[in-house]
Amino acid sequence: MSDTNKTLLRGARVLGGEPQDVLIEGERIAAVGTGLDADGATVIDAAGQILLPGLVDLHTHLREPGREDSETVLTGTKAAAVGGFTAVHAMANTFPVADTAGVVEQVWRLGKESGYCDVQPIGAVTVGLEGKKLAELGAMHESAAGVRVFSDDGKCVDDAVIMRRALEYVKAFDGVVAQHAQEPRLTEGAQMNEGIVSAELGLGGWPAVAEESIIARDVLLAAHVDSRVHICHLSTAGSVEIVRWAKSKGWNVTAEVTPHHLLLTDELVRSYNPVYKVNPPLRTEADVMALREALADGTIDCVATDHAPHPHEDKDCEWGAAAMGMVGLETALSVVQHTMVDTGLLDWAGVADRMSTRPSAIGRLTGQGRPIAAGEPANLTLLDSAYRGEVNPAGFASRSRNTPYEGRELPGRVTHTFLRGRATVVDGKLA
Amino acid sequence: MDARTSDAARSVLEAPDIARVLTRIAHEIVERAKGADDVVLLGIPTRGVFLARRLAARLEEITGRSAGELPVGSLDITMYRDDLRLRPARALARTDIPDDGIDGRLVVLVDDVLFSGRTIRAALDALGDIGRPRAVQLAVLVDRGHRELPIRADYVGKNLPTSLRETVKVQLTEEDGRDSVLLGLRETTSADGK
Amino acid sequence: MKRHLISAADLSRDDAVLILDTAEELARLADRPIKKLPTLRGRTVVNLFFEDSTRTRISFEAAAKRLSADVINFSAKGSSVSKGESLKDTALTLEAMGADAVVIRHHSSGAPHRLATSGWINGSVVNAGDGTHEHPTQALLDAFTMRRRLASGASGVGQDLSGRRITIVGDVLHSRVARSNVHLLSTLGADVTLVAPPTLVPFGVESWPCDVSYDLDAVVGKSDAVMMLRVQRERMNAAFFPTEREYARRYGLNAERMARMPEHAIVMHPGPMNRGMEITAEVADSDRCTAVEQVANGVSIRMAVLYLLLGGNEPAVTAARTEENQ
Repeated sequence: MSDTNKTLLRGARVLGGEPQDVLIEGERIAAVGTGLDADGATVIDAAGQILLPGLVDLHTHLREPGREDSETVLTGTKAAAVGGFTAVHAMANTFPVADTAGVVEQVWRLGKESGYCDVQPIGAVTVGLEGKKLAELGAMHESAAGVRVFSDDGKCVDDAVIMRRALEYVKAFDGVVAQHAQEPRLTEGAQMNEGIVSAELGLGGWPAVAEESIIARDVLLAAHVDSRVHICHLSTAGSVEIVRWAKSKGWNVTAEVTPHHLLLTDELVRSYNPVYKVNPPLRTEADVMALREALADGTIDCVATDHAPHPHEDKDCEWGAAAMGMVGLETALSVVQHTMVDTGLLDWAGVADRMSTRPSAIGRLTGQGRPIAAGEPANLTLLDSAYRGEVNPAGFASRSRNTPYEGRELPGRVTHTFLRGRATVVDGKLA
Repeated sequence: MDARTSDAARSVLEAPDIARVLTRIAHEIVERAKGADDVVLLGIPTRGVFLARRLAARLEEITGRSAGELPVGSLDITMYRDDLRLRPARALARTDIPDDGIDGRLVVLVDDVLFSGRTIRAALDALGDIGRPRAVQLAVLVDRGHRELPIRADYVGKNLPTSLRETVKVQLTEEDGRDSVLLGLRETTSADGK
Repeated sequence: MKRHLISAADLSRDDAVLILDTAEELARLADRPIKKLPTLRGRTVVNLFFEDSTRTRISFEAAAKRLSADVINFSAKGSSVSKGESLKDTALTLEAMGADAVVIRHHSSGAPHRLATSGWINGSVVNAGDGTHEHPTQALLDAFTMRRRLASGASGVGQDLSGRRITIVGDVLHSRVARSNVHLLSTLGADVTLVAPPTLVPFGVESWPCDVSYDLDAVVGKSDAVMMLRVQRERMNAAFFPTEREYARRYGLNAERMARMPEHAIVMHPGPMNRGMEITAEVADSDRCTAVEQVANGVSIRMAVLYLLLGGNEPAVTAARTEENQ
């Protein structure tokens, strides 16, 4: 990694605005303006490129400890850097589960060692993700990892009493419960979105109501106990309506959407190719449009990748036997540009807000998601938005290749990523 | 028969010729089979079946039997062809064996054109799976030569020496709306012309 | 790629009629002293069964053997498959053994499609029932049975099922037989009505080319054929219906209901039957019930399918949808 003390980004379009120079000195942005003096700095010609605050992912599966065959903290953070991220939240469904101070500290320490991006561990809400007994939320918060986001992601905290208690308990340290909204009984044997396609394909249906009913319950619970709840990977138009209603009440509800739910629909499942198998499942065109609109108007606060690496053999099989999930860190910004920016729904300042500022605020991260201004930490992402290219998983930094975009042309390429002034990605390659 | 013939196809047999030839073959069958008492006529689809029916009518007339008395049927040889894997799988034609079967009978196979002999080879295999005739004979409207197997016809309407570049197309009223035998030139080098 | 039979939806009307006509011709083989044709000599057909189904397996086996193919039965039980071998590795093994066709029965919907499109094998794939998706040869033999029983001419050769009113009754939600039949019968011009309690009708059924009714009595009187689907008693425990008794009363076919069917109408069942559940013994044993006939017709249909897929240098049946998905 480069150890250059001073870097000058020449002619970058800060948040998509007019070209400006940005001078990085040490860990911080020293100056933003026009015609800045290079004065011994490494100069990067950023003409025409978009400069964003380093992206922050609220929902990443780094798989370590336990499933190092699919991803490690090192490979996952490399993938994050390539995708323009400077911080990721590592989900708790590892082996062992991140339900103790010991495990979250281990992940936190591995993140520090990797050096490619900040790793903020998420703690499990319940012991072993089993939904029965609260994990030691306070201990995880007090650990070196300083956990504030708790989630049983992969599983739903379906017991209403446990959910209520968790929401109440985390208030003591300004925590948030990130809910994987999936009513378990309504989704037994579920393989894909329940609808016209599932009826034809004979695959077990995952009905929208299984997500919406939990979200409805949880926003009411959050309001009742005056706590804050975050909804993971919103996937249906109905979920959007509920979150919109909850926000209109002034309740402390936030929500995320994945890039794949902004682009892909359940029609793709007709191929029975398990690369499209994901939880929550790909929904309909109408849902995709509602999600885009909700992200544009702020009903949905942020984009989160739900980067879910799986080894080849877990996807190279029949649909029913395949694992759920897709990798997403390295394609997230391209998909957002394609679905939100190129469609005119969101400008680059909006992208910065939805992919950096707000996720950082929800996770209560300090030093991430900050404005691009003198004195701020130099967490920056430089994007060549004019680039067009086919997704080639062979070139991924992630250890896994389970992308649904293989061979698909997507716009935009991250050319440089800076983590506190240090380049983690240079000219599209890991530094 | 599938080979495309050029427009310049020349007629070598017309309806009256075909009628005369079939009558002659019928007489020959009666003569050689000594009254045709145990004859079963099996036509090979498509046109062989029509020829077999016409022959049957003539045989009944000659031997003084009532119409429909002489057993006549059809024998589809598709599943026994030796060139199945050279072409797409094709639709089957009807195999219709008369009720009394063929065991101990004199089976006369009837086809329109005798060429390589492969169709008849397949027909003999098919017959073997259906029963055990006393004897099998072969009647064809046209023998155009170029045998690839040791097979010969017992009754031939017309010997028609041809080159391999030529095609022979038999038309029958039942299928084609008219009776004739056309000799033409092969347009391409594709199908086998039977 | 036009060499698989994965879904009844892949068949055009002409494809389907060709299969039925071919089966009609092949059915005549049953009356001959030697019930065998040399057509697929030297070809290898593998019956790859991940689910127990002796009936379907022996039907395919008889069909392949009557066409002189070599048949290898590969049952997942007690084999390496039950020890964790993946579908892919099993497929690669079959490919190495030179399988020209793989007849696959699998508990997972889409497994045959995956086998056909993954590049694991080069041979033809015939779906012998996958999960709750499709069972196309069952639909073909059902259509064949209907055409024979209901057609005006001799066995209906060349005809489709235009204008015939077919009622399919029972657990549509979990039925691959129903899915394949809806596709095939509508392709053949029949008017299909599904009858089931609302709990056993799939969510999303409105896009299917058929009508849906919750009232068997309302449609039984105007049906040319009534197909009863097997209903597993265990469904009761998942609250799909309250009791067996109530199911049988509302959706079972008994003699009284059968009497209200048109005189020419037939009763069909893919088997195995749950007597006393979806069908009473009296109906099952009546002359109008074609269950046994369906089994016999199954061999002819499967011969026709194997012949049309394997008999030439390329299949005579096109698989349009599979092709598009490449």
